[in-house]
Amino acid sequence: MKILVPVKRVIDYNVKPRVKADGSGVDLANVKMSMNPFDEIAVEEAIRLKEAGAAEEVIAVSIGPAKAQETLRTALAMGADRAILVETDAEVEPLAVAKILKAIAEAEEPGIVMLGKQAIDDDSNQTGQMLAALMGRPQGTFASKVEIDGDHVSVTREVDGGLETVKLALPAIVTTDLRLNEPRYASLPNIMKAKKKPLDTKTPDDFGVDVTPRLKTTHVGEPPVRQAGEIVPDVDTLVAKLKAMGVA
Amino acid sequence: MTALVLAELSDGAVAPATLSAVTAATQLGGPVHVLVAGAQGAADEAAKIAGVEKVLHAGDAAYADMLAENVAPLVAGLMDGYDAFLAPATTTGKNVAPRVAALLDVMQVSDILSVEGPKSFTRPIYAGNAIATVESSDAKLVITVRTTAFDKAGAEGGMASVEAVSGPGDAGISTFVGLEAVKSDRPELTSAGTIVSGGRALKDGETFQQLITPLADKLGAAIGASRAAVDAGYVPNDYQVGQTGKIVAPELYVAIGISGAIQHLAGMKDSKVIVAINKDPDAPIFQVADLGLVADLFEAVPELTSKL
Ligand SMILES: Cc1cc2nc3c(=O)[nH]c(=O)nc-3n(C[C@H](O)[C@H](O)[C@H](O)COP(=O)(O)OP(=O)(O)OC[C@H]3O[C@@H](n4cnc5c(N)ncnc54)[C@H](O)[C@@H]3O)c2cc1C
Ligand SMILES: Nc1ncnc2c1ncn2[C@@H]1O[C@H](COP(=O)(O)O)[C@@H](O)[C@H]1O
Repeated sequence: MKILVPVKRVIDYNVKPRVKADGSGVDLANVKMSMNPFDEIAVEEAIRLKEAGAAEEVIAVSIGPAKAQETLRTALAMGADRAILVETDAEVEPLAVAKILKAIAEAEEPGIVMLGKQAIDDDSNQTGQMLAALMGRPQGTFASKVEIDGDHVSVTREVDGGLETVKLALPAIVTTDLRLNEPRYASLPNIMKAKKKPLDTKTPDDFGVDVTPRLKTTHVGEPPVRQAGEIVPDVDTLVAKLKAMGVA
Repeated sequence: MTALVLAELSDGAVAPATLSAVTAATQLGGPVHVLVAGAQGAADEAAKIAGVEKVLHAGDAAYADMLAENVAPLVAGLMDGYDAFLAPATTTGKNVAPRVAALLDVMQVSDILSVEGPKSFTRPIYAGNAIATVESSDAKLVITVRTTAFDKAGAEGGMASVEAVSGPGDAGISTFVGLEAVKSDRPELTSAGTIVSGGRALKDGETFQQLITPLADKLGAAIGASRAAVDAGYVPNDYQVGQTGKIVAPELYVAIGISGAIQHLAGMKDSKVIVAINKDPDAPIFQVADLGLVADLFEAVPELTSKL
């Protein structure tokens, strides 16, 4: 079985994004970029499934600018076997990403497509579910545990009420939540080896997918800023203030 | 513009998240219908929601567990008669709505904060560090609603008709195995008026219980946690507040031993009053706190509990 892992290049999660003054977006010039944290978890899980003998090959794919190659090299250094870059400078929305992934999945026939549950830039939380719909395959979203069981996969999902388990017929789509695993760091020798692993480059046109956005962003602004309040000297003052505010 | 809202159910009853989604749907300006996949009782309950014109009830057992593989085709099949589909941005809504959107070849608008026009909405991006205004060019709208951003519609006062609907049923590719529910007598996090949250500084599960629970009891509060506290196993996963946990906006949010990482702030910075107790005066949580106490929580929390 192959596992396909879509990885997105996004702003590093430690960086505080700055909104551009003209309201056109977030300033990404000279900002540290990294693999979306949920996608690192997806890569890790795929590699573990391979190490456990449940999968033979892990293929990383990214849709984005030429620089997304770096993200793919990170996936290769972690242990993915090969990579596909679908190169475009356009901002590709989840629906179009899902359509491109569908075309790749139809060619590669992976048993599992393992995505992150959400990209931390657009916070859409859509791509995996959309891919599952387009392919008519089951989806195990927000996974905190993944167990292959013959021609099925059991996925434990982090839901509002606790932990839900579903059993899905393979091939299936899985999206990862934070507690699924702790991604490994790539070792220096593996980073060197990753440079020689195969990386194919394609374009959205190769898959006949129109990436024209359906949503037009007309403005990007700052959220309402909260004023820092006051520092109280002791618990008595805190209690008095809470009572005065009528919240305790 | 007629809108269809997917009802969120909890223990077979209509959950408060549904009421916020109804309010968002009402703001689109047309009639609002609600789809209840589950028991008849919930459909009757939904019929009383103020402002709802009609309830569609899908009673087929295939929909009872809200498996997206089964529910999404049901919704997509109903959408001929609707211009918009809305679901609360709960884990159920986030699971089902994008699947509906793809079946309709529509880009979903996730987690809306406001309705700005018939096809224009604001939504948080970059963990709420920026707010985007987006306009859809699709023929139909598929939307998930950030429930804390919309007032709840009245649970009583409506007199909607209830109509039975059916769809393709079981897609046969997924089965529900079980839910390991976290049972608690406390208020539910996303609808609680007061929340006491603990962070990594609480040391372990036992200490967390010993310090946080009595304070929460005094305040009649729900209990939340940072991701670090959840990861360290102090409390179950569904306590997590933040970008990737629950989004909350109570009247009072008390953050104890939580540093205030942007991912945590993303989940609670719309709370009315924020109180922070942290021993580090430079902790970022103080930048959003209305009342901050720089203190060792192991002393301050028991004292606070006893003095309230
Ligand atoms: C993709 C992604 C998503 C994430 N999503 C979330 C999310 O949804 N929610 C979330 O919370 N986090 C999330 N995180 C993690 C987040 O970045 C932080 O790591 C986490 O919030 C830190 O938790 P904490 O504040 O409890 O721990 P720490 O950052 O370790 O802070 C502990 C605090 O306790 C204080 N302290 C220590 N001892 C005492 C004492 N005796 N008395 C008083 N104060 C004391 C310290 O001064 C410190 O400020 C996410 C991270 C990533 C990468
Ligand atoms: N441009 C992209 N390239 C590769 N994978 C992507 C891309 N966009 C989204 N994904 C995948 O889809 C997941 C969810 O993204 P989103 O729906 O945008 O929140 C991510 O965690 C990735 O696994």
